Amino acid sequence: MLLIRCPYCEKDLPEVEFRHAGEAHLVRPSNITEMSDAEFEGYFFIRQNPKGIVFERWRHVHGCGRFFNAARDSVSDKFLTTYKAGEPKPVLGDRE
Amino acid sequence: MTAPYRIAGKGHLGTAPVARFTFDGKSYAGLEGDTLASALLANGVHLVGRSFKYHRPRGFLSSGVEEPNALVGVERDAARTTPNVRATVQELYDGLQAVSQNRWPSLSFDVGAVNNLGSPFFSAGFYYKTFMWPKAAWKHLYEPFIRRAAGLGVAPEQPDPDHYAARYEHCDLLVVGGGVAGLTAALAAAESGARVVLVDEQPEFGGSLRFESQTRIDGQDGWDWAQSAVHRLAGMDNVRLLTRTTAFGYHAQNMVAMIERVTEHLPGPLPDLPRERLWQVRAKQVVLATGSIERHMVFPNNDRPGIMLASAGRTFLNHFGVAVGRNVGIYTSNDSAYYAAIDLKKAGVSVAAIIDVRDNPKSAIVDQARALGIEIKAGHVVSGSKGHLRVSAMIVKPRGGGAEQTIAVDAMLTSSGWTPSVHLFSQSRGKVAYDEATQRFLPGTYAQACVSVGACNGSDRLEDLLIEASQAGRGAAQAAGVDHDAAGAYPEASAAEVWTGGMLGVAPGVEDKKAFVDFQNDVTAKDIAQAVREGMRSIEHVKRFTTNGMATDQGKTSNMHGLAIAAEVLGKPIPEVGLTTFRQPYTPVTFGAIAGNARGALFDPTRRTAIHSWAEEHGAEFEDVGQWKRAWYFPTAGEDMQAAINRECVTVRQNAGIFDASTLGKIEVVGPDAATFMELLYTNPWQKLEPGRCRYGIMLREDGYVYDDGVVGRLAADRFHVTTTTGGAARVLHHMEDYLQTEFPHLKVYLTSISEQWAVIAVQGPKSRDIIAPLVEGIDISDAAMPHMSVREGKICGVPTRLFRMSFTGERGFEINVPADYGRSVWEAVWAEGKKHGACAYGTETMHVLRAEKGYIIVGQETDGTATPDDVGLAWAIGKAKKDFVGIRGLQRQDLVAPGRKQLVGLRTKNSTTVLEEGAQLVADPNQPIPMKMLGHVTSSYWSENCGRSIALAMVEGGRNRIGDILYVPMPDNTIEVEVTEPIFFDEKGERLNG
Repeated sequence: MLLIRCPYCEKDLPEVEFRHAGEAHLVRPSNITEMSDAEFEGYFFIRQNPKGIVFERWRHVHGCGRFFNAARDSVSDKFLTTYKAGEPKPVLGDRE
Repeated sequence: MTAPYRIAGKGHLGTAPVARFTFDGKSYAGLEGDTLASALLANGVHLVGRSFKYHRPRGFLSSGVEEPNALVGVERDAARTTPNVRATVQELYDGLQAVSQNRWPSLSFDVGAVNNLGSPFFSAGFYYKTFMWPKAAWKHLYEPFIRRAAGLGVAPEQPDPDHYAARYEHCDLLVVGGGVAGLTAALAAAESGARVVLVDEQPEFGGSLRFESQTRIDGQDGWDWAQSAVHRLAGMDNVRLLTRTTAFGYHAQNMVAMIERVTEHLPGPLPDLPRERLWQVRAKQVVLATGSIERHMVFPNNDRPGIMLASAGRTFLNHFGVAVGRNVGIYTSNDSAYYAAIDLKKAGVSVAAIIDVRDNPKSAIVDQARALGIEIKAGHVVSGSKGHLRVSAMIVKPRGGGAEQTIAVDAMLTSSGWTPSVHLFSQSRGKVAYDEATQRFLPGTYAQACVSVGACNGSDRLEDLLIEASQAGRGAAQAAGVDHDAAGAYPEASAAEVWTGGMLGVAPGVEDKKAFVDFQNDVTAKDIAQAVREGMRSIEHVKRFTTNGMATDQGKTSNMHGLAIAAEVLGKPIPEVGLTTFRQPYTPVTFGAIAGNARGALFDPTRRTAIHSWAEEHGAEFEDVGQWKRAWYFPTAGEDMQAAINRECVTVRQNAGIFDASTLGKIEVVGPDAATFMELLYTNPWQKLEPGRCRYGIMLREDGYVYDDGVVGRLAADRFHVTTTTGGAARVLHHMEDYLQTEFPHLKVYLTSISEQWAVIAVQGPKSRDIIAPLVEGIDISDAAMPHMSVREGKICGVPTRLFRMSFTGERGFEINVPADYGRSVWEAVWAEGKKHGACAYGTETMHVLRAEKGYIIVGQETDGTATPDDVGLAWAIGKAKKDFVGIRGLQRQDLVAPGRKQLVGLRTKNSTTVLEEGAQLVADPNQPIPMKMLGHVTSSYWSENCGRSIALAMVEGGRNRIGDILYVPMPDNTIEVEVTEPIFFDEKGERLNG
């Protein structure tokens, strides 16, 4: 079982307290009604799903209830860091 | 009574009490501390099983968990029969009853052994090739036959009466394996003050010191040193010692899963104890001291009962005090088997000869054997064995060829070297590296905070091992953040057993005969070579084609041999052929231990409403809706389900009905921006909804599909009481929180689940107002003051209420929300009033029928995650002037506005008494060829007593343009004619809402 750090609770907690919530850093456009089909497809349906570092949303659903973001290696499953919703993508250069 | 092969004064059991047991109904005596294997061997019993495929007689290969052959059933009572127990692991207790498996009619005469004669036909891949055709025969003929003939034991048919426990543990250091390396590492860490857990699968710590007769540490005999080390550890508060506990899974972030066998070694049953305990240990550091496993020699007919690993022979002798025979032959390619010969000889057992494939073995231990007068035939091979139910002779010849010689034996011990146990290391995602010089895979690159020590790390010299393990223990304590002063001295090796080398693959002299690699799956060297010749290149393919290493022992003795044979035939070095993946569990783990308490009533929480007990007392039948138990219908004496529902449906529309709607999801949306938030989350407009009024809301996902629905009451400008479907409560709140926290965080709103805080009593029917009128305080419930779709706060029966005027039946109706603690008392008061007006209690089935009569949809029944509001006739609920809401763009997608979408319609069967099956398909022409063009399907279907006929709702392509058309429902035995109608069957004008 993975330990996940909730950036709001500032604790490493068992993964069963958390719920995965898809790719991070997708912003719902304010002009959503004006998007072309292709733009809407890109926003709503297309996901990167890379092998390697992924940025994804998690929710501490059985804890504080907050949504936050995580950088995780999809090969090793290792969480590189977690950070609060709304914060920019972290620079991961120095990390493994 | 003395068992014939027990040697007085040998072994570690001492004067243990006698334990009586039976095997296949015959009584024997062993000692407490024996395994079933050692106790049987003490009685001279070697034949214990039949092999999986060929039904060949088999005995014990090993003395431990790697055992592939000696699988037996252990029978305590009808519910406690455990199949496939390794006799080498099962501890003896007084009264133990064991039976052999996979034989008929008996172990010594087995009809299935005819497979052995036909073995040329049962070669590798036989099943894949032979049972391909005809296709249907697999299911009805081949598979049942193969399962019967090639089987393991039989599982008990009764439920498991035992219970299983689970525990979590956190420690600085987990040491896996309590042999010399593990004990040393644990001592070093524990003396530094670290919190240490030491775990071993055996009943006692000591590992190979159980059989090593020549090892001395700190001047003590190895076994005695181990016991004193355990004694020291047991006296420390910071140490937890777990025996009979297998670390079987190494997970991420140093979480190790372990299984502790609590009562398997005791006569029972012991209802106060769990049978097994699952440990989940989170360790800052892990030391793996998992040792190594000896390999057998691969030679023709190497599987006869009595042919065993040299280390097993030594364990039976030196630990259990049991000789495996009276005249034992040894076959080896390395030094370790010499120790077995020496131990046997010293114990007074005749050693027929040591056959060594090496031309000129030279070492102190070889000299020792020679000095004892043991015949050593160097440069010789064993080209076969004789005997039927037990080995009677080995056939020996010079390695380079020459005359064969038959040497009589009654047991054989073999060794081709030792395979480091890197299972857990590999599970931790560490990468193994092949050591060419010693022909073995060793821990290479580590992926977690762990270190391997001892035999599993390839550390062959005891002197080095003790230093390595001590340093690992101290280093782990330090890495875990434990301060320690310079700790004590390392243990010192006073005398050590030394062996290295060995061989992989087929021993020389094997011709076209059965030389077994994997005993449990009956895989021979020839099978593996054949798999390569037939095109298998990767070891993963060879494994699956031959099933080598795929039995319950997971190839602990066979994988390296199989790999070496494949590599040789391929002409490639071993590392290029690859190693199969080590997966958990290390040894078999019971489902009971994994399930723990999560079974029966504790499998999943059961949610009951505040009114549940009343429904129970009044004879309700219940149905499961998610985790909820909901009253389904309330049969009176003599009524069947349909009669009860008919009565309830008619009573609601004639008088009134009372319904427990407490399970509805309820969310309070509060804050200055509450209306703005509601506008964004629901399709409907909310800004202009006046406090005190309600609206039916539809929630979409961003893709435009219906996600949930429910009636929303506005209690104040900044406060909404939102209801959701029963099943949707949690995900709707999650969906709302997601948007609030991440997309609209600027809105000042908070969301609170209030599903369990409010009990909900629906009172529906023409008499509903009369029923609640005497109970309500401070609310004018006249039509003028409180019209349909309004909400008021006040009191009922003296407790606070949120009273909704709303209807899911099409009748005048109220939903009384009261604090859940008062749910039952208010229900009883309403019920008392209701009875005066001829009301009934009704359940979910009547609720479904009544709403279908009115064509009200249920999300998840009419919708399936691909329905838009317009598809289900709810386009009116979309705020046309709204600039934004979740799903607004999705609704504009081409396919969602294209003609020909499935739309909600009603269906009337031509024969009014025919009730359609939900899920049945609709076609325009029942005579078209199969596959027919399907236009849609029935989503809801009931007998409606109020309509005097069957009714159904359906989703049909272009359905609203087909009103009046005739469609057909093809069923297996007939075709049903239906007319497409508007999706409403009762009170089409909606007059009864105020009736």
